[in-house]
Amino acid sequence: MTSQNTKPEMLSGAAMVIRALADEGVEYLYGYPGGAVLHIYDALFQQSKVKHVLVRHEQAATHMADAYARASGKAGVVLVTSGPGATNAVTGIATAYMDSIPMVVLTGQVMSHLIGEDAFQETDMLGISRPIVKHNMSVRRPEDIPYLIKKAFYIAQSGRPGPVVLDIPKDMTMPNERYPYQYPESIKLRSYNPTAAGHPGQIKKAVTALLKAKRPVIYAGGGVIMGQAAEELTELARKLNYPVTNTLMGLGAYPAADRQFVGMLGMHGSYEANMTMHHADVILAVGARFDDRVTNNTKKFCPDATIIHIDIDPASISKTINAHIPIVGLVKPVLAAMLAQLEQKKAQPDAPALATWWQQIDEWRAVHGGRYDNDTPVLKPQAVIEAVSRITKGEAYVTSDVGQHQMFAAQYYQFNKPNRWINSGGLGTMGFGLPAAMGVKLNYPDADVVCVTGEGSIQMNIQELSTCKQYGLGVKIINLNNGYLGMVKQWQDMNYESRYASSYMDSLPDFVKLAEAYGHVGIRVTKPEELQPALERAFASKDQLVFLDIHVDPKEHVYPMQVPGGAINEMFLSKTKRT
Amino acid sequence: MRHIISVLLENEPGSLARVVGLFAQRGYNIDSLTVAPTEDATMSRLTLVTHGNDQVIEQITKQLHKLIEVVKLQDLSESAHVERELMLIKVKATSGEHRDEVKRCADIFRGQIIDVTAKTYTIQVVGTSDKLDAFIEALKGASIIEVVRSGVSGIARGEKTLTL
Ligand SMILES: Cc1cc2nc3c(=O)[nH]c(=O)nc-3n(C[C@H](O)[C@H](O)[C@H](O)COP(=O)(O)OP(=O)(O)OC[C@H]3O[C@@H](n4cnc5c(N)ncnc54)[C@H](O)[C@@H]3O)c2cc1C
Ligand SMILES: Cc1ncc(C[n+]2csc(CCOP(=O)(O)OP(=O)(O)O)c2C)c(N)n1
Ligand SMILES: [Mg+2]
Repeated sequence: MTSQNTKPEMLSGAAMVIRALADEGVEYLYGYPGGAVLHIYDALFQQSKVKHVLVRHEQAATHMADAYARASGKAGVVLVTSGPGATNAVTGIATAYMDSIPMVVLTGQVMSHLIGEDAFQETDMLGISRPIVKHNMSVRRPEDIPYLIKKAFYIAQSGRPGPVVLDIPKDMTMPNERYPYQYPESIKLRSYNPTAAGHPGQIKKAVTALLKAKRPVIYAGGGVIMGQAAEELTELARKLNYPVTNTLMGLGAYPAADRQFVGMLGMHGSYEANMTMHHADVILAVGARFDDRVTNNTKKFCPDATIIHIDIDPASISKTINAHIPIVGLVKPVLAAMLAQLEQKKAQPDAPALATWWQQIDEWRAVHGGRYDNDTPVLKPQAVIEAVSRITKGEAYVTSDVGQHQMFAAQYYQFNKPNRWINSGGLGTMGFGLPAAMGVKLNYPDADVVCVTGEGSIQMNIQELSTCKQYGLGVKIINLNNGYLGMVKQWQDMNYESRYASSYMDSLPDFVKLAEAYGHVGIRVTKPEELQPALERAFASKDQLVFLDIHVDPKEHVYPMQVPGGAINEMFLSKTKRT
Repeated sequence: MRHIISVLLENEPGSLARVVGLFAQRGYNIDSLTVAPTEDATMSRLTLVTHGNDQVIEQITKQLHKLIEVVKLQDLSESAHVERELMLIKVKATSGEHRDEVKRCADIFRGQIIDVTAKTYTIQVVGTSDKLDAFIEALKGASIIEVVRSGVSGIARGEKTLTL
């Protein structure tokens, strides 16, 4: 077909919005209707390519879209109305922003001529969202809609990914005003053009430094997951036989079951990961941003290390920790280039030094090794996660909320594949877990999708159990019910002489009945011996939502835990032991 | 240290708010900010004066670069450049002796008296920020009524440019 003499189709602004999404390959749109977007909803109704998921609160729509992006690597899409619809989406936008997740959020807006008049359901969404988006834009002419939607996807998904908000005044979507529609194939912006390949000279330097290392470590983060580079990372690590640690966001970038994996690093990282980092002479940081939950006191951070830092965002490099060999680029091509150079070079890593280093690491492994006291009549949260990991063979998609349960999931679930661990690390958003699990389950109906949560967090978006019923989303909810805002309580135990200011929740609902009220199955587990049969029942079916209300030890703490203000290797290892 | 950063910015609604918001959000200092369209109507040029240690300035330039609408930027203070600021200053000038002194002072600083009443002079002075500070200092005796400063504009010397 030649496009020369075919006249472009004439579409209304509303129809263009939906058509552009279809042309972008969007299958699901997560949202909630309201006055400002009714024309768009009507256009949605008149086609079948783009399917809409009606949540119960706009925050859930953003987390669903976000989790889809984390699992698939493609931007999730949200549609909400102006005013309260848009402000309800704010937490979800900020959550995606902090973890560099691609997302496109379409927000309705009042008619253009009413903007600035405090019109009904008017909020300045561009102003509100500015500090928590990669970019935001508004539609000023209906005929620009295809271009602006393409631009939104391009910006959200390229370079360092992030959320983009497109604000659409209602008069841009009038059903009876039609404009020529053509979806751009690609977009070029003179002011935005992120680099992909790293500087060859820097890559060469990095390879030389890596080969000279006597005590090397690879520190991999969320950039490896979102940059689809787990394979290259694993190949590089194996070729060199260097230890690998992952950040909370990087879990799955390197298989947890592998001998070279020393666990997560940071505040609740493993003893061996933090020791390995502290004593390293060369650190290869890949798609990680030296967050304060990783470094602890930056002044005491890894005193002997030459730091090689690969990141697509120059602003992540030398922000908190100075990088000696910075490489700006996408992890995938940069790691591939490093592998190619290693292939060429005759030089091998320093084998004797490496042997000594591994011996040292294995000694550190023996010190703590993730041990916890499981010799009690009360169920331990760690034991629950280990059981879930076993029954799903480390292959499930695991989403989580925020708190102790999140850390236990990170420490005790064996993530052997990337894009399977889905949690809010940067913002730490309670309420993320259930909608996130829904977003994954909808797109991967045949997979096991587990939501690890706490009785505090789950109540922040509990209404979504209704959405789960409507769309048949058989997620498995593992509610580690300790009767407390456990993470807060742990801090109060450690720093406030156990004064539990508002960390105990009275009057919790009967979660089993609650699940049943929404049309799901609920199972309560209170004794260790009840756990395995309950899990077997829950995972027997793929499409039944099962809410497992598991009563765990309310006194348990997450360890290791870094000592505030200390170096990365200063940790509490139990209630009575510290480094 | 004081830095003068020049920025070419897409002339889109909200793009200036993004720059200013960035400084507020991340706690960077803005000592002065000027902005106006260039010969190309699709772009504005900003001149920002800020201060901070090397690490802060590095983050400022990197974060500015990250804004989608920032086309190009340059830290003028890294090389030879010209900077100018314009000041309008209204002073009390009542007695004959007083008026003479203000006038002499303005001449020394190559200022121009651009408005006169029986009781006031309004003087325009152009120069570096230091020069304008010095002029204010020199006028301390005469009572200053009002001061308006434009903020710094700057351009690199020689062949170096900030253009598309
Ligand atoms: C209760 C709680 C406890 C926590 N404890 C810990 C802890 O013990 N340990 C821990 O690690 N974290 C912990 N966190 C999480 C922490 O707050 C940060 O979110 C996390 O450390 C950041 O991970 P990251 O460095 O991998 O960076 P991310 O936030 O994942 O950022 C990715 C980086 O990679 C870059 N990037 C993205 N894509 C690419 C690409 N394709 N190519 C190149 N670069 C790319 C980005 O520019 C960015 O710099 C905790 C959070 C909570 C809520
Ligand atoms: C929206 C939100 N509010 C407050 C917090 C602070 N916070 C972090 S963890 C936590 C407790 C979570 O309790 P629960 O979900 O029961 O998990 P537990 O720690 O007990 O496993 C709180 C209140 C947060 N992260 N997010
Ligand atoms: Mg709890």
